[in-house]
Amino acid sequence: MAEPHITPPRLTLRGITKIYPGCVANDAIDLNIEAAEIHALLGENGAGKSTLMKVIYGLVKPDHGELLWDGLPIDVRDPAHARKLGIGMVFQHFSLFETLTVTENIALALGEDAGDLPALAERIREVSEKYGMALNPDREVHSLSVGERQRVEIVRCLVQPIKLLILDEPTSVLTPQEVGTLFVTLRQLAEEGCSILFISHKLNEVRALCHRATILRSGRVSGECIPTEESSESLARMMVGDDTPISTDYPKVQGREPFLQVRGLTRLSEDPFGVDLQSISFDVQAGEILGIAGVAGNGQEELLGALSGEDEIENHDAIHFPHGAVGQLSPRQRRAAGMAFVPEERLGRGAVPDMSLKDNALLTGFLTGLVKRGLIAHGKTRDFAEQIIERYRVKTPGTETHAASLSGGNLQKFIIGREIMQQPKLLIAAHPTWGVDIGAATAIHKALIELRDQGAAILVVSEDIDELFQISDRIGALCHGRLSPIKATPQTSITEVGRWMAGDFGESMTPAETASA
Amino acid sequence: MDIDLLSNILYAMVRTGTPLLLVALGELVCEKSGVLNLGQEGMLLMGAVVGFVAALLSGSLIIGFLLAILAGVSMSLLFGLIALGFSANQVATGLALTIFGTGLSAFIGSEFVGKPIDGLDPFALPLLSEIPLIGKMLFAQDLVVYLSFALFFAVYWFFRSSRAGLVVKAVGENPHAANAIGLPVMRTRYFAVMFGGAMAGLAGGYLSIAYTPLWAENMSAGRGWIALALVVFASWKVERVLLGAWLFGLASILHLVFQGLGFSISSNLLATLPYAATILVLVLLSRNQVRARLLAPISLGKPFHANS
Amino acid sequence: MIKLEPRGQHSKLMAWLSPVLAGVLTLVSGATLFALLGQDPIEALHTLLILPVADLYGVSELFVKAAPILLCAIGLSVVFKAKVWNIGAEGQLLMGGLIGSACALQLIDAEGGWVLPVVLLSGMFGGALWAALAAWLKTHFNANEILTTIMLNYIALNLLIWAVHGPLKDPEGFNFPESAMFSDSALLPTLIEGTRVHYGMLFALLALVAVWVLLSRSFLGFQIKVLGLDARAARLAGFREKRLTWIALLISGALAGLAGVGEVTGPLGQLVPQISPGYGYAAIIVAFLGRLHPVGILLAGLLMALIYMGGEMAQINLGLPIALTGLFQGMLLFYLLACDVLINFRIRIPALAKPVAETIAIQEETAR
Repeated sequence: MAEPHITPPRLTLRGITKIYPGCVANDAIDLNIEAAEIHALLGENGAGKSTLMKVIYGLVKPDHGELLWDGLPIDVRDPAHARKLGIGMVFQHFSLFETLTVTENIALALGEDAGDLPALAERIREVSEKYGMALNPDREVHSLSVGERQRVEIVRCLVQPIKLLILDEPTSVLTPQEVGTLFVTLRQLAEEGCSILFISHKLNEVRALCHRATILRSGRVSGECIPTEESSESLARMMVGDDTPISTDYPKVQGREPFLQVRGLTRLSEDPFGVDLQSISFDVQAGEILGIAGVAGNGQEELLGALSGEDEIENHDAIHFPHGAVGQLSPRQRRAAGMAFVPEERLGRGAVPDMSLKDNALLTGFLTGLVKRGLIAHGKTRDFAEQIIERYRVKTPGTETHAASLSGGNLQKFIIGREIMQQPKLLIAAHPTWGVDIGAATAIHKALIELRDQGAAILVVSEDIDELFQISDRIGALCHGRLSPIKATPQTSITEVGRWMAGDFGESMTPAETASA
Repeated sequence: MDIDLLSNILYAMVRTGTPLLLVALGELVCEKSGVLNLGQEGMLLMGAVVGFVAALLSGSLIIGFLLAILAGVSMSLLFGLIALGFSANQVATGLALTIFGTGLSAFIGSEFVGKPIDGLDPFALPLLSEIPLIGKMLFAQDLVVYLSFALFFAVYWFFRSSRAGLVVKAVGENPHAANAIGLPVMRTRYFAVMFGGAMAGLAGGYLSIAYTPLWAENMSAGRGWIALALVVFASWKVERVLLGAWLFGLASILHLVFQGLGFSISSNLLATLPYAATILVLVLLSRNQVRARLLAPISLGKPFHANS
Repeated sequence: MIKLEPRGQHSKLMAWLSPVLAGVLTLVSGATLFALLGQDPIEALHTLLILPVADLYGVSELFVKAAPILLCAIGLSVVFKAKVWNIGAEGQLLMGGLIGSACALQLIDAEGGWVLPVVLLSGMFGGALWAALAAWLKTHFNANEILTTIMLNYIALNLLIWAVHGPLKDPEGFNFPESAMFSDSALLPTLIEGTRVHYGMLFALLALVAVWVLLSRSFLGFQIKVLGLDARAARLAGFREKRLTWIALLISGALAGLAGVGEVTGPLGQLVPQISPGYGYAAIIVAFLGRLHPVGILLAGLLMALIYMGGEMAQINLGLPIALTGLFQGMLLFYLLACDVLINFRIRIPALAKPVAETIAIQEETAR
């Protein structure tokens, strides 16, 4: 166990407990972070990582337990107090203001310590250069890429003296190359004596970067280890426990005739903060899964909106189903033609939070005989909802439960189940396992593969490159509204797709570009 | 049209636009912090009745104005308690504030309808008010009009150069991020709502003590609502609020202008003009949905609860 | 210190208890107010709430007052379900009364069973037309419906006043701002002999049932509810947002128009400037108080009608200002919103609560 320290750990947590109505988020958590240490906090979604880091940052008050800072008990009152102590935090959902400049954003967080803005801008420039994170202090945040926004968050922590930097899932929004750059910066910081708490659920990253790791499972510490001495398999077991099956490899297959054909889809975004789609062309074949990788904000929303029919496009011929162009059809008509859609936002788009599961089954299932002469067939609708719940093992008290009270994983199983039960010929899924636990993710992947093997065409858009390599038969990437070449998954690599995500499509050009060149 | 008539029209335009300017400035600050307070009409009426009764009973216009402001602030705190403290729907709460303020003001003022009062007199600045055409418009007004000019510049400076203004904008754009970096979201919103209340109260006092000067039930005649539309018209930009307030002031006195020019159009029909103009303005400004969305504070009207 | 703590799920019990609680709080505040004004609170409340319905005539008058309020509120429950904030029931009611009156005056010499339906339909058309303006402005120009409907209220009121002073004024009416009395064939028959209860109440009850079926059984109602709860989900599912907005506003406008034409052809018998003492605004309170549910609206509508009558009674018997009605309406709505916080939050007094035990109890509750 721990040897006696000459200097106390930088941060010690003892018996931290936080209870929310209906769940114990943190249950008597102990944790030590040493100076200059990169410490991983590893756990599934919902394991309690976010709550714990909010406790450290003064955003959440624990119900029990204490914090020691440099060996002394302390009560972190609020984020301003945390910053005074030298604690900085990089949020997963950035806490930035789009309409303000980088300098103004940072000034807001620093409060009275910000000083005058020109001097602060100079300091931002210095810090960003020192740590290899180029940043223009005068730009407004909405004009920055996701990676640049994360830099703003990090630089915001570094313009003041820092002793502990907390990063919440920092790599989920980055290309593999950007992840590498981030790790260089983090190692440099650690060498200078700064402690780093790296929150993640990605095992290979933790093994590559961190000195020590604490693993959380359902609010409790389930293990501590030195990541380099562990295998991904043993780390995963600590995360999910012994009963949950961990995703396996799925056989790759060759698709048949194309179902969805997209040809030269060009769309100027009405939103000045949006991304223009530039001559996108691809096919999705029956009986295959096509994966499209890319960092969020590179045209995914625009592409999905055009495919689902929620947004109008000018060139109606750009989107074809086997029977002809569907670019002018409404979402409802496209559904009738065999398309199903699983959006990124489960609550608020895929499902209505304040409606029962039964009503949510009707939401997109209405074309399957649940409505007779304008009236809802309540019995049939309930049966349909029950079938989804049973077949996809959705954990819920019943069909009258509101969608909002389901966990992310269970709700996603319900939504995917609802779409698959309608036997679509084309399923489009956006970030299907985002934020769900491993058990649910595995179930969702299995359901997608099963649907593929029944002959449906499936398009998966995801930020999670590992997931795409696991389930896709062919793969491509979006960057700045342009689509990379598409290759069969076994014939490409994470490095190559990572380059595509960064906009480097290599010598090979997309068919459309070849045509226009 | 001779210059005297024109000069008088401009004078009346500014005078009529003043309550609109005050309310719209207050609501602008409120909306910038992300709070939509549809209770302006109710606060305006409460300011008017309380200001009038206080001035009448005390014989002091100052006391009248101060209590008018206090009435507006109290009403806004009621809104704040429910919409911010209890995270209730802001639209419904604002409507409730208007309905409540309409009822309460009529109740308080029922004994005072039509009673006379010595209102606030104009105070012409020497020399400046002699400037042809715009002298009377800008420099022969009463003190509240001058105060409204000062408040206009103060709000302009607040958003342009002050840190507090930056905080208000940040809280209105993304309260969760603001909370995460330690900005006082709730306190900022309460202050913004109270400022809105104070401005509406002052505007109400202006109506009953200086503009008319008398009390009548529902005397604000939708000015609180027009001011809300004015904020949309101004695209949440301070400088355009002034322009809008004067334009609406002009629309409200058009029937006088027409009468002055000898047209005979039913005054009831002409009285619909400011309301029709409001709709027209909303149409022109909201037409481009994307643009409208970008101009409005991003989190406008969304309740914020620190735990969620 | 009292703290608010989010509940895991909405409390269905509180959703129905909250209006009752709001009513009680309004009564308590009202009693306090009366005491401050030097009235005997019990007697004043008795005058306000019991005396108006102490005899059968009073009860019948209650239904006369309730009919227009209910018609407006039922319509509002449809638009509010779609989260379309139609504040314009008042203007739609006035336009229903105005157009209906214009039609009735045109047909002043006509006789036959067809006259009344034509007049009623023209009134519904008037209300629907006014709502259609708001729908057009919203769906076509994206103009905020709260502001447009309020502006349309003011415009409708001015048009009405203009009409009774001008084109619709009774030529033999000694220059009073009133229309001529309508012919008998354009008047709504009474439902019960010897009272003023007219067919308007029957229409209200029919509308209540129709809207109930619409919202709980029909797919159209389902789409309206989805649009209100979650517009993005509605779009994804392929529901047509603009069409639904139009339908909801037209239903609401037509019912408010029917309320208006019901007033001029019913108790009034002619067009006067004061068709409505704010029925359209009171209906907003009724819709909220009744939780947008037909049964709730029926109860809340009767209560609102009672407050109107009580206000008049208090003015006559106690010499209190008639504005009392508006004050009570405002208080009721405010207390309702305040009490509604209990639907989503529970009150916790940290000094007294035992958080862990309570949490475990909640967990058991949710597990069940």
